[in-house]
Amino acid sequence: MAREWAELSPEEKRAERFKQWLSPPGVKFSSPEAEKLYKERVTRFTRALTLEEPDRVPCILPVSNYPAYYAGYDLKTVMYDYDKLAEAWLKFLHDFDADTYIPPALVPPGRALEAVDYKLYKWPGHGIAGDTTSYQCVESEWMKPDEYDTLIEDPSDFWLRTYLPRIFGELKGFGQLMSLRTFEEIATMSFFPFGLPDVQAGLKALMKAGEETLKWLGVVGAVSAQGTAAGFPGVMSGLAKAPFDTLGDTLRGTQGIMMDMFQRPDKLHEAMNRIAPLAIRTAVASVAPGAAPLIMMPLHKGADGFMSDKQYRTFYWPSLKRVIMAMVDEGILPILFAEGSYNKRLDIIKELPRGAAAWYFDQTDIFKAKEVLGDTACIMGNVPTSLMMTGTPAEVKEHCKKLIEGCGKGGGYVLAGGANIDRGNPDNLRAMMAAAKEYGVYK
Amino acid sequence: MSGDFVNLLADLKEDEVIALTKKRIDSGEDPMKILDDSRAGMAVVGKRFADGEYFLPELVFSGELLKQITELVKPHLSDTATSAKKLGKVVIGTVAGDIHDIGLNIVDFMLDVNGFEVTNLGVDVPVEKFIQAMKDTQAPILGLSGFLTPAFDAMKETVEALEKAGMRKGIKIMIGGGQMDDEVRKYAKADAFGKDAMAAVALAKQWIGAS
Repeated sequence: MAREWAELSPEEKRAERFKQWLSPPGVKFSSPEAEKLYKERVTRFTRALTLEEPDRVPCILPVSNYPAYYAGYDLKTVMYDYDKLAEAWLKFLHDFDADTYIPPALVPPGRALEAVDYKLYKWPGHGIAGDTTSYQCVESEWMKPDEYDTLIEDPSDFWLRTYLPRIFGELKGFGQLMSLRTFEEIATMSFFPFGLPDVQAGLKALMKAGEETLKWLGVVGAVSAQGTAAGFPGVMSGLAKAPFDTLGDTLRGTQGIMMDMFQRPDKLHEAMNRIAPLAIRTAVASVAPGAAPLIMMPLHKGADGFMSDKQYRTFYWPSLKRVIMAMVDEGILPILFAEGSYNKRLDIIKELPRGAAAWYFDQTDIFKAKEVLGDTACIMGNVPTSLMMTGTPAEVKEHCKKLIEGCGKGGGYVLAGGANIDRGNPDNLRAMMAAAKEYGVYK
Repeated sequence: MSGDFVNLLADLKEDEVIALTKKRIDSGEDPMKILDDSRAGMAVVGKRFADGEYFLPELVFSGELLKQITELVKPHLSDTATSAKKLGKVVIGTVAGDIHDIGLNIVDFMLDVNGFEVTNLGVDVPVEKFIQAMKDTQAPILGLSGFLTPAFDAMKETVEALEKAGMRKGIKIMIGGGQMDDEVRKYAKADAFGKDAMAAVALAKQWIGAS
């Protein structure tokens, strides 16, 4: 690069990131044909996401743990057997025509979670039945109402000595650590807790979880590299959350944060302001050179019904917008995944600058969304999960056709699901892709 | 005094309504009267929720206020105190393999303030537990909640188990939550799908003939 990164404008940064995504450094394609298709696919997504007309509507197949079941395994099996994990995901890669590929990065290594006795999630065989098709978050008051000041003063310290001991059973000893911010010149008080049996047990558990995760990462990395080499770009380089959701999902819980809106609104705002820059830093760092400059943001507690318009504008949107715009300033395009429905939020969210972000809708009235947001943001999604799981291929294709006709005009639409599916007729996925090819071509 | 109390609770004035509760207890008022007023206040909250004036935060907070009031009143209640007459019984729960309860608890709240006796079985409820609860309560209505896609099959299995136990005929079943819709209703062979808690109340009233 001729100029220092920091000197580039947001537009220049974005252009540079998309350019690198198109020609990723260090990638060896499996054939010239694969490289050609890779570039076509990246261009297709880039144009749709930045509100230009692509050659045709791009498609993201709504699968999460689906490849495990398609290969005849289940989630529990592939969380513990990485060879089977790789085998299942590669089988899916080779059996389905697609525009993108989602590596198994969201199928966590079961033994690592066990090593630290993870309590924030339940997974098949751990808290929920072994044949359950997904892992699930345990909502609880993991952070107490009187701990806002501790969090705000030093999130890292809160994390290490208060939060981690609660969500990881094996790290309960970390509550005995001294604060590591004392600048003690001759470290004695900072050191002695590391001699305590519970603390040492925690450190050993972490080492074990780390080793296991490294093994897993090697497999996931290899699968991911094969997907790219075969010509399929990724469309999600990392995850970020709205500060309200970070506090509401895994710290205070829904019940807790909603009480805080009435009982300690100032603390809640202060905490969100404290969390926002951390979310931004993590998200920006997760986009490696050559990776898709796209960050997925699953949005939870600002959905219709969760809060009023006024509450959304007061508590949810300002800090979310700050996170969004900070990513945009770094040349990243956030994909905002509005779980549930967002019919009542369209007027607020349209205030983002043109092309800043894309909106991925689950159950929102997407035709209405196209009307309101069509000029300013790419919209995605809306193939109903229930249809994908219980409908026929013909019904799926017909529904996709309607979506393409209603939302595809002028570009700015990506055919995608609502929530992701874990099981169901593979021909429904093929019907979805066929619809994109048959009805989505721009002439 | 009771008019003020109902309004203060409905308007979620924490300090004022708690102060008034203490004042009423100190003045030796019948504690049942305070609980009746609380129920009236919660009914107003439920109505405002149904009307789109209140949302989840208000439900959560009103529930907390009710808890505080009940705790203040409880020590003064006589053993003979009886609860208000209910419209009918409803059993609800989140189906096996799913641990989400936000929607479930809203439905619980709304059915309760609308006069139903609700048995809430919680989350990840095995089929057998639903069957046992339907036997124990003799409730004519069952509400199945689920957020994620594993719930599709779990709902179907629950309905089929009731069929197999020969209990299906006397029971009306509604489903709701996250990814549920009328397609899932057909798949699971339930009687109705409700898109929100107000729909659950309307269905329950319709089914017991109280609407």
